[in-house]
Amino acid sequence: MAPKTPNKKGTAVVTKKQNQEKTKQALPVSEEVAATNMENMGHPEIYPLVLTTKTQEIFNCRVDEDVTDKQPYKLIKKADIIADFINRAAVSDFYPVKKLVQEYPGDELLLVYDKDFKYGLNFYLVSTEEAKENYLKSPEEQEEQEEPREYKEPSPEDTYIYKPPVSKPWVSLGSEKEIEEETVKESTKPITYMISRKRGQFGAPFKFSDQNASSVKDAYIECTAYPDKNFTLKHLEKEVGMQVIPKVNDTSTQTRWVYPKNATTQYYPREFSEEEKETIGQSKPLIDFLNNMSISVEIALQQNEIMNTFIDDWKSLAEDEGTFGDKTDTHLKEYQSFTDLHNLTEKMITCVSWHPVIYGLIAVSVAVRFSFEERVQFSGKLLLQPSLILFWSFSDPIHPQLMLESPDDIFCFKFCPNDPNIIAGGCINGQIVLWDISAHAERIENIKTGSTRIKKATLKPMFLLEPESNKETMYIRHCAVSSIESGHRKVITDIHWLPGTFEINRMGSVFENRSGISCQLVTCSADCTICFWDIRTQRTTTQQTDKKKEEVIEVPFDVPPTFLHLDLSWKPLCRLRLSKSETTLDHCPTKVSLNDDDASYRTQDKTLPPIKVVKAGESPYYNLEGGMANHLKPIEDFCTKFFVGTEEGEVIYTDWKMERDPDTGRLVPKKPVSLYAVHDGAVHTVQRSPFYKDIILTVGGWNIAIWKEGVMSGPLLQSSCAPKRFTSGHWSLTRPGVFYIGREDGNIDIWDLLEKTHEPAQSQSICITTITYIKPWTFSAKQQFLAIADFYGTLHILEIPWTLSHPSTNEAASMSHYFEREVKHLEYVEQRRLIREQEKKEMQLEMEKKKTKTYKKSKEVMDAELKADYESYLELEKTILVNLGLFKVQEKKSYMDI
Amino acid sequence: MTEVEETLKRIQSHKGVIGTMVVNAEGIPIRTTLDNSTTVQYAGLLHQLTMKARSTVRDIDPQNDLTFLRIRSKKHEIMVAPDKEYLLIVIQNPCE
Repeated sequence: MAPKTPNKKGTAVVTKKQNQEKTKQALPVSEEVAATNMENMGHPEIYPLVLTTKTQEIFNCRVDEDVTDKQPYKLIKKADIIADFINRAAVSDFYPVKKLVQEYPGDELLLVYDKDFKYGLNFYLVSTEEAKENYLKSPEEQEEQEEPREYKEPSPEDTYIYKPPVSKPWVSLGSEKEIEEETVKESTKPITYMISRKRGQFGAPFKFSDQNASSVKDAYIECTAYPDKNFTLKHLEKEVGMQVIPKVNDTSTQTRWVYPKNATTQYYPREFSEEEKETIGQSKPLIDFLNNMSISVEIALQQNEIMNTFIDDWKSLAEDEGTFGDKTDTHLKEYQSFTDLHNLTEKMITCVSWHPVIYGLIAVSVAVRFSFEERVQFSGKLLLQPSLILFWSFSDPIHPQLMLESPDDIFCFKFCPNDPNIIAGGCINGQIVLWDISAHAERIENIKTGSTRIKKATLKPMFLLEPESNKETMYIRHCAVSSIESGHRKVITDIHWLPGTFEINRMGSVFENRSGISCQLVTCSADCTICFWDIRTQRTTTQQTDKKKEEVIEVPFDVPPTFLHLDLSWKPLCRLRLSKSETTLDHCPTKVSLNDDDASYRTQDKTLPPIKVVKAGESPYYNLEGGMANHLKPIEDFCTKFFVGTEEGEVIYTDWKMERDPDTGRLVPKKPVSLYAVHDGAVHTVQRSPFYKDIILTVGGWNIAIWKEGVMSGPLLQSSCAPKRFTSGHWSLTRPGVFYIGREDGNIDIWDLLEKTHEPAQSQSICITTITYIKPWTFSAKQQFLAIADFYGTLHILEIPWTLSHPSTNEAASMSHYFEREVKHLEYVEQRRLIREQEKKEMQLEMEKKKTKTYKKSKEVMDAELKADYESYLELEKTILVNLGLFKVQEKKSYMDI
Repeated sequence: MTEVEETLKRIQSHKGVIGTMVVNAEGIPIRTTLDNSTTVQYAGLLHQLTMKARSTVRDIDPQNDLTFLRIRSKKHEIMVAPDKEYLLIVIQNPCE
């Protein structure tokens, strides 16, 4: 028997030689060979066989009949094979695998037709059940023996069912050893240290000091250098280049090298002389050049004139940044109103002024509502009552904070622009009154903190209150009054502080003001004079005060001595009489507007240094020295002209500088530059615009007029007559085209020149009686107030809404354009008038000429006619005489005969 | 009036023109309507700038040449018309 080759199933192995017994020619079968399996090919269960045709017939596995390509296998029963063994014994083709068959566990064996002779013979037998099953399940693919085709996985069903992966227990393959080796383990337990220090030693001042390292041991560790034999090499050979050169010497020194450097250069530009310029100017190349270039230059100029291409349209489209409050709200809102309830006589408010520094403080001057006769009648009663200027604060509407006393009713007053503790007022009797409230300045500054006092006051009923009891509302006496004889004779209608930039001497010439503060006043009064006053001591008056020392009146102790030198002896510096030249009547000025007059408004401007409330004792007014006009520098080119409004309704533009009258040698005021009778009633407002220095608003009677300084032909704008008389007016402080006019029926008209110029833009009713004074004031960008004083003594404070206080983006530019246009219009009117006059003259001349011409002509004609007549007569005479023979015709001899 | 004067006067009468000047090739002013120091300053500076501008244009393209130079600043516009021998400088305030 052939040697057994082991296989997994342990079935008997038959050698290959037994396969030789296949052909019909009987081969010499001498030995039994064992069947070989295809273990050497990797399939130990495959046993190749040769089946003869006879065997094929027996088992019904004939090639191409029972066993085809499509079904290359046949299941053969084991019993049949065993029967065949018995029948044909060694001839049976299955004889080599006899043992295998006998030991086969199952009933049927699988016989496969090996068409391609893969295993060497035409059939093979599958020996294991498993393989048989496998084969049967995938009949075609499983037989391919080249290599197992992985892509033909046996899938008995057509559809693939997804089997989720089932977790299997982990089988260790030795990888955990590697991981163990690689992990880092703490070999020892970590040691913890706790370091502490006393708290007090933290932050203690330390001191570092130096120490020498060599002196202290262990202070340093050094690695000394040592010669290492490994690195020492002896240089035995060296290549060096040699060259012969002349002897060279190298030395060096250190020197300071000074080299000249340009610090400055002074030069003058190269210029041509006049002749050269002329010659070049006439040269042909220049003419050609200009002719050529001027075209393109003019194109460029015109481009710019047509349109500004660099305008950012988005920016100019935008309105103001953001409006605060309602845009449609243009109504003045009532904020507060003040009435003096203590004094019982009927009073009217004559003048209103906001405190220039302190928020919410406003001063009013009150006067009794008497006419002249009534004043005379009740003069006794009036003497007992003090005339007051009341200081009201927003925090207390009932009690005035301060009351300034004056000898008589005040009709106008002003805060000093440099020191708001000094107030100058003009009385009805022609005196100027000065107050100094520096001592009470702190009190009125801290008015807001006095709110607790108000609470106490409201507990008591009003008639129990006395003015002095609950608060220290004090009567402050005036500190100086002007001289009665040498001052004004009648009521002072207007008073202004001259700005601190210049001062005036007795002649009216302007000098620079060294002290920088306002120390001069100008007043105008109903006695037809305008006076300039100086509040400093005058040298001339000191002599007189020596004489008057005995008569000095005891001054109460609480009056500050600021203006003591002026008291009762104050004379005007210079006096101007506004006289009309022809008649003896003079102009009666009611209001004056000087050049830089509205400095008090400008203090709200940020560019000027802000005024601080000066503490008592620090005011510069305490140490004034005057009368030094000789040493001061005169200011050239100062415009000394100013506007005056009169009681007759005229607006006069005149000069305050006096000139010497050539005849009398006295100082005489100049004649007014221009005079216009524009208003129907007394002019009560002459005011410069806070935005334009040369635009003046005059309000009087029933109309208003706007003037431009320098334009002599007339007002820029003159409104038509209003139904009610205008009694007060004021420019708006923030909008260039807006002004407020108060009427005698208690209404306020708000004019907006950009909106309408023929009538007010808005009208609002404030009170029931005549409005006597309007004064706006700005506290912040969002809060602007309008103080309106009326005839019955009530002061109304109204808040100006955003739309009226905030100017639009190009309002200033539009207003200046408007004024320019008006000026041009006036010029145009003037020119037209001239042209018309011209035309008229021409027409008249023509007429005259015509007349004279006809006259002349007739005369000539007549002469000619006469002459002709005469000649014809002569002729006639001649012919008659000739006919009569009486006339001897002289023979004309020709010269030729002679 | 000479032609030169007429042309300059015409240019000067345009709206917004602040000053006009004619400068020669070296930067020396020949005719001007402004005061001397301003003229000299403008002439010197603009002459250098024109040279620079012209050389820039020609460096980029040698066939090209500078015909007109307009400098627009916040306040006004300076127009320079260069030529081989002269420069015409006009300063205009374009905005209203």
